[in-house]
Amino acid sequence: MHPAFSVIFFTVSSGAGFGLFALLYLTDLFGLSGGLPIEQKLVAGALALVLVAAGLASSMFHLANPKNAWRAFNRFRTSWLSREGVFAMAFYPFAIIYLGLTWLVVPELEVLRLTAGALATLLAWITLFSTGMIYGCLKTIRQWNSPLVPANYLTLGHFTGALLLLAVAGHGSVVLTGYVSLVLALLVVAASLKAIYYFWIAGPGAGPTIKTATGFTRGTVRLLDTGHTHGTFLTQEFGFQVARQFSLVLKAFVFVAGFVMPALILTLGGDVSVAIYAAAVTALLGMVAERWLFFAEARHVINLYHGAQHC
Amino acid sequence: MRLGLVIDLDVCVGCHACAIACKEWNASGTTAPLTDYQPYGAEPSGVWFNRIRSYEVGEYPNNKTINFPMSCMHCEDADCVTVCPTGASYKRAEDGIVLVDQNKCMGCNYCSWACPYGARELDRESGTMKKCTLCVDRIYDQQIPMEERQPACVLTCPAHARMFGDLDDPNSAVSSVVRERGGYQLMPELGYNPTNHYLPVRKAKPIPTENLGKPGFKDKIKGIANRIVKR
Repeated sequence: MHPAFSVIFFTVSSGAGFGLFALLYLTDLFGLSGGLPIEQKLVAGALALVLVAAGLASSMFHLANPKNAWRAFNRFRTSWLSREGVFAMAFYPFAIIYLGLTWLVVPELEVLRLTAGALATLLAWITLFSTGMIYGCLKTIRQWNSPLVPANYLTLGHFTGALLLLAVAGHGSVVLTGYVSLVLALLVVAASLKAIYYFWIAGPGAGPTIKTATGFTRGTVRLLDTGHTHGTFLTQEFGFQVARQFSLVLKAFVFVAGFVMPALILTLGGDVSVAIYAAAVTALLGMVAERWLFFAEARHVINLYHGAQHC
Repeated sequence: MRLGLVIDLDVCVGCHACAIACKEWNASGTTAPLTDYQPYGAEPSGVWFNRIRSYEVGEYPNNKTINFPMSCMHCEDADCVTVCPTGASYKRAEDGIVLVDQNKCMGCNYCSWACPYGARELDRESGTMKKCTLCVDRIYDQQIPMEERQPACVLTCPAHARMFGDLDDPNSAVSSVVRERGGYQLMPELGYNPTNHYLPVRKAKPIPTENLGKPGFKDKIKGIANRIVKR
């Protein structure tokens, strides 16, 4: 699949935003290390809302006809893309109520504040799942049609969100040990699931082949002619192929920059704010590479008609 | 009623006439225009509803070239309709034709990702997804004679490799021919249940290439002439 930068930025940014909000709420609810000071909570919450909004705005750039984007909420009952939009929109009012009441500090409304936060967190999780399911539900792309895909989206969103929460917490007076542990725990889960995913898609897998695509099952099938001279929408959108060597190098980069470096920086550099920022930056770079690969490695079955023996 | 096409791979000669006729009709049809990019430039490309690819099956001397036209299959379980977030992609209840409402499409490409048959192409000019309409603006036209109420590709095919009809009616010509010739669907394992069927190549003995006999006097002269004449 052609890796479109708008979609890569969208999923990384929104994923981190939703993960950040969910962890902000949970650390607030359970008072991790005594809980963050109000200023930090507001900064983290605002950052989460900005990241989600920036992601959603970026997704608009992917549309060839954005004037009809408002219609995307229409097919909530069937389309994961529609569901994602609806849940992302539903997230905002609850998140804003939670942050507003956090800012105003009204003791009588503490139950409302925590309830709104809980609902926003739940919606953040559902939205992350929906984002993964946009890709996970496609039977045409073997590399995406897996429960690991929504699992990856959820865990990577929470891992990057936890790093951002740590970066915000580093400016306060709170003891960071708990927050660092949270990042490292999520890092292990996210890295494990991503490793399983890479293992899973590495094999040829069972799916359509050029034989079932054409119905010529009695002998070898070879493409003679695609019937066009200079590419089509199909070759531009689905013909993208990443070189094997390059994808291996990039996978190494995903793990080194995305997981190993942040883990080393946080265990060695601890709670120095420069170290935390460095960890966050390198992790996000790793995530961009991960997302680029996610698209670049996806092989749509239409490639069978263009000569691929299997996808 | 499930309207669709049956394509006879035994007969198709790969002349692309169906694609040309489709382009001609639909460039002024309901989803017009079908934008061309650099039509006279270095890299001509554009939106087509129907594309013909050619394959070689089997190994020499038991090989065969098969031409393979593909357009929208108007699937029974069309994921392109399921995934469409705007409601622009829809499947008509009365005849099963899958269409894109050009006024609702936002050009997100998601339906093209969901289509295994490459039937959907984005028109960069209008920013909307376009696809085979089964010539819905022809087949119900009361103004033209009955025998012309068929898709443009079917009408134009010089080899009569394309048939159009109701695949729900067991007595229709298309259903009969699918039964008799063992018509099949593409990638049935994906579960889209395409309406369009393909008729397999008939069993035929390969043309013998051994025992052709010794070359005669005429062949020798030809051989000498061929060596002298520089092509």
